[in-house]
Amino acid sequence: MHSHSEPGLSRRDLLVAGAATVAGSAATGPAHAQDAVNTSSMDTVPRAPVHAPVRFTVNGREHALELDTRTSLLDALREHLHLTGTKKGCDHGQCGACTVMVDGVRINSCLTLAVMHEGADVTTIEGLGTPDRLHAMQAAFVKHDGYQCGYCTPGQICSAVAVLDEIKAGIPSHVTADIMATPEFSVDEVRERMSGNICRCGAYSNIIEAITEVAGRAA
Amino acid sequence: MKPFTYERAASPAQAAAAAIQMPGAKFIAGGTNLLDLMKLQIETPAHLIDVNRLALDTIEPTQEGGLRIGALVSNTDLAADARVRRDYGVLARALLAGASGQLRNKATTAGNLLQRTRCPYFYDTDQPCNKRHPGSGCSAIGGVTRQLGVIGTSDACIATHPSDMAVALRALDATVETVKADGATRRIPVAELHRLPGDTPHVETVLEPGELITAVLLPAPVGGTQIYRKVRDRASYAFALVSVGAILQHDGTGRIALGGVAPKPWRVEEAEAELPNGPRAFTTRLMAGARPTRDNAFKVALAERTLGAVLNEARG
Repeated sequence: MHSHSEPGLSRRDLLVAGAATVAGSAATGPAHAQDAVNTSSMDTVPRAPVHAPVRFTVNGREHALELDTRTSLLDALREHLHLTGTKKGCDHGQCGACTVMVDGVRINSCLTLAVMHEGADVTTIEGLGTPDRLHAMQAAFVKHDGYQCGYCTPGQICSAVAVLDEIKAGIPSHVTADIMATPEFSVDEVRERMSGNICRCGAYSNIIEAITEVAGRAA
Repeated sequence: MKPFTYERAASPAQAAAAAIQMPGAKFIAGGTNLLDLMKLQIETPAHLIDVNRLALDTIEPTQEGGLRIGALVSNTDLAADARVRRDYGVLARALLAGASGQLRNKATTAGNLLQRTRCPYFYDTDQPCNKRHPGSGCSAIGGVTRQLGVIGTSDACIATHPSDMAVALRALDATVETVKADGATRRIPVAELHRLPGDTPHVETVLEPGELITAVLLPAPVGGTQIYRKVRDRASYAFALVSVGAILQHDGTGRIALGGVAPKPWRVEEAEAELPNGPRAFTTRLMAGARPTRDNAFKVALAERTLGAVLNEARG
């Protein structure tokens, strides 16, 4: 299963190394090109994939997995546990589509390795509610049309649930006027705290309405 | 991403020792910067040492009346700490001005200090970059430079340090505590942690191979009005064009560090004598020797105006 990746990797790496050498020569001449060759050739030594065991709980169910160490928590959820509600957007922590809760706090699941989460308690969109019993935030997103294409929605909802918890826990934000005071719910607070979740359809105003309704209901 | 072996460190000293025994080893804590760079093959560690299980996630008072912040304290927890909010407001404000809620929950104190530049040419592996491939050249010089550095830069690199937190720590005269591969510990002022690029921009700190940051030490509170003002292209979740971390006293004295303008948090203590003479006099001293490009010359004027706004805010 792993053998196919070695020739693939080394061919690709040779191409990368070739490009770096050419770039190095063109920019700085032979002395500096030598550095580029050395650095690149170190990278071209094919490395075999490494697997490691990890156990964590997802939505109340324990899982024991044996994963390539490179597997992000996001890929473990989607590709290994087939929980495809959590979405891969940018895969670089910029869009928030992959937001899940780990041990009670929201994180970008694309920017963390699954093997780093031994013993963790993960909650994904599938753990918040079911089609028959929606979480209040899911119901509010439906009611207020807090989406168009829906791709960013699981991340938006997980983030929104966590945002209300963070305000309740007294965590200040960039727009909290008095940093010593207990922060209070406001539209400005929600806009700031939700800035790590991008919606390309631009459903922001409806997302704010949905979150505001849930905050009011909870208050 | 390149394959790598993985271990969970048992102690700070063991982590530091392992880091020089395993070729190509790197520490991983929050991972929010390192994994981004590994996906792009800008970083290609052969071995990751996971330091997350080390008990370095508490904030304790020090005998000197300050705080000892464990290296693994998250940016969220640090910004929310009541003592930090009360006595080190510039730090809480700087942290909250950075990144997104999700990232602050994962990013650590030491990792924030050691994050790499967001220079677009460092990120573009098709372009020469002296940080990525020493000696290959700097694509930023003569390129699109609006976001890049105006002071402390060199002919080899004009990248900026992206951290907000580090700017506040510089104004607060914080110190980092480390453990080296041989088990020895030392303290390094944040002022001396980051190196200017010179002709070796790939060497970004004075840390030795394997040396692990275990804590950040804050001196006893100095009071004053503490402000962190960040100017950026979006109201949230964007890196600074210019930021000002300020601790201003009623007698007109103060400490000021700038972000977004240099390869490290930019502070010149001697320039602070000019603070009573207004933002222009101070900024002229602070930014003496600046070498902006056509596209980022605005940062010098923006620094002066942002400082002026901060001084006005402090006066109330």
